[in-house]
Amino acid sequence: MQATKQTAAAAARQKSPKMGFGKRLRNFCDNSPYLLMILPAIIVVFLFNYLPIYGVLIAFQDFMPGDPILSSETVWVGFDNFNRFFSDPQFWPLMKNTFLICIIGFAIGFPLPIIVSLALNAVKRKQVAKVFQTIYTAPHFISLVVLVGMLRLFFGIDGLVNNIAAHLGAERFQYMLEASAFRPLYILSSNWQDFGWSAVIYIAALSNVDPVQHEAAMIDGATRFQRVIHVDIPAIMPMISVMLIMSIGGLMGVGYEKALLMQHDANLSVSELISTYVYKRGLTGVPDQAYATAIGLFNSVINVLLLIIANTTSKRFSENSLW
Amino acid sequence: MSNVKAVFKEKHHALKDTRGDRIFHFINLCVLTLLALIILYPLYFIIIASFSDPDAVLGGEVVLAPVRVTLEGYEYIFQRQDVWSGYLNTIIYTVITVILALAVTIPAGWGLSRKTTPGKKFWMLFFIIPMFFGGGLIPFYNVMSSLRLINSAWAVILPAIMSVWNLFMCKTFFESSIPEGMLEAARIDGAGKFRTFFSIVLPLSKAIIAVMALYYAVGQWNSYFNAMIFLQDPTKYPLQLVLKEILIASESTVGGSGETILQQYRQANLLRYVSVIVSSLPVLCLYPFVQKYFAQGVMIGSLKG
Repeated sequence: MQATKQTAAAAARQKSPKMGFGKRLRNFCDNSPYLLMILPAIIVVFLFNYLPIYGVLIAFQDFMPGDPILSSETVWVGFDNFNRFFSDPQFWPLMKNTFLICIIGFAIGFPLPIIVSLALNAVKRKQVAKVFQTIYTAPHFISLVVLVGMLRLFFGIDGLVNNIAAHLGAERFQYMLEASAFRPLYILSSNWQDFGWSAVIYIAALSNVDPVQHEAAMIDGATRFQRVIHVDIPAIMPMISVMLIMSIGGLMGVGYEKALLMQHDANLSVSELISTYVYKRGLTGVPDQAYATAIGLFNSVINVLLLIIANTTSKRFSENSLW
Repeated sequence: MSNVKAVFKEKHHALKDTRGDRIFHFINLCVLTLLALIILYPLYFIIIASFSDPDAVLGGEVVLAPVRVTLEGYEYIFQRQDVWSGYLNTIIYTVITVILALAVTIPAGWGLSRKTTPGKKFWMLFFIIPMFFGGGLIPFYNVMSSLRLINSAWAVILPAIMSVWNLFMCKTFFESSIPEGMLEAARIDGAGKFRTFFSIVLPLSKAIIAVMALYYAVGQWNSYFNAMIFLQDPTKYPLQLVLKEILIASESTVGGSGETILQQYRQANLLRYVSVIVSSLPVLCLYPFVQKYFAQGVMIGSLKG
């Protein structure tokens, strides 16, 4: 009883917009321990996420490593670094490589986990489904270095794939050096590693489906496959929308970690991505940090725009959106 | 909930499967089994190859079982000083990362989950923005450089102790899993905010603490990039960086007669298989036991979605 009263009082306190200054101060002091608990996280995020955002200013400067970001001697060059990138002969190849690896990866990697989760959910014995799920998620925990190392072992000149091919009378093929093999290997290995992990989120959503719905459908004579289409898929539709928006936001956002490990002089024509180019121009050789930062900023802005477009579109045509 | 499911299951069996349903289930199981084989076979092959005569592996004789079993590769890796120093470094980095990450993430998740936190809306926005926009690699490098973290182990540890995704997962967990009544009771008993957090909230949060520890640990165990750009001193290299050398660096041979080169080539190849096993062993051994927590974590995070 007293508890309800107090909660009601607390709610009233929160709602009334015109609180006296003293009361607000007391309220703040009362709750300041919460701020103290968040403080370490604020500091870490400020240092490693916000300071770099501030550092983006060098994209608009004539910057030498070691210069302060803002000083009286700062030379502002406007969008020169961006214009340099747009006229860089690498510009279109980079855009194309980045977009292609993302869009093909999306075309395979987006539906696959959904199909797998539906298939797993349809398995009658939950124990069996659990075993499959355990197997499918295992490769997620293999590091990228080991994954690319495994690719080399399997697709190298005397690796398993070539040995089997040679056995069947085909010629040996340097997959890891061949430009045409880069995208398939990159995308297939990513899917091999992560389809099970990506499916978990849909499996969670499917496990929340009310069994009564299935029962009703069964009484109406629906087959198991019809129940997948008419009960299971609608149940995970909100989740699919959210994941779709996120994926579209990432359509130009492929990272450098894996591509760098798979790069080789011989496949550079397809394996050089915006992110790997930023790394190379900014941190290796004779670094051109302002230029690399400008390229990176250009890429981030594209990503944010894509995300906003995807979210707005989704909001217009359905009730699902990120914000 | 599980009770309802159990009852439902019985009913489900009571309703007879149609012929179409049986075909559906059969095809479904076949596809799932095939997928499982696609996942398992490469892993299995690495294991048998690591125990086999390197010539048999290179010659394509090893397919389903080890051929001419040998421990040569394992003996060889035991002599590799860099692998073991990398191993030790990775263990140290991982342990420190997990301790700091928990100390930062768990209280922050709790703080953000409370309605009365001063400036809550502002801080939410503060943490959401970095999820979608960042300064990029070069400004990050410059920040690390001005914090004097280049060639310091802290450059590998500190950026890894806070992930905003994990923070929001904690927040969602706290919002949905801590009964309001208990907090109210503690308040009436005169427990302060900190006391409540330590003696009521934390004991109820073992699941999320386990999930967070695992996420951060696996993340640090598997990462190589920050170490690659920030560490110059090879004695500080984590395992993944040493592995990169072994697995991915070009096949450099010291030279010598054709026979020595061939010998080096087969030894290097064997070492690759063995190093994959040795480095992934801790994670893959723990994995089946902690798998339910990992999945739990995703579910906690998706509650809101």
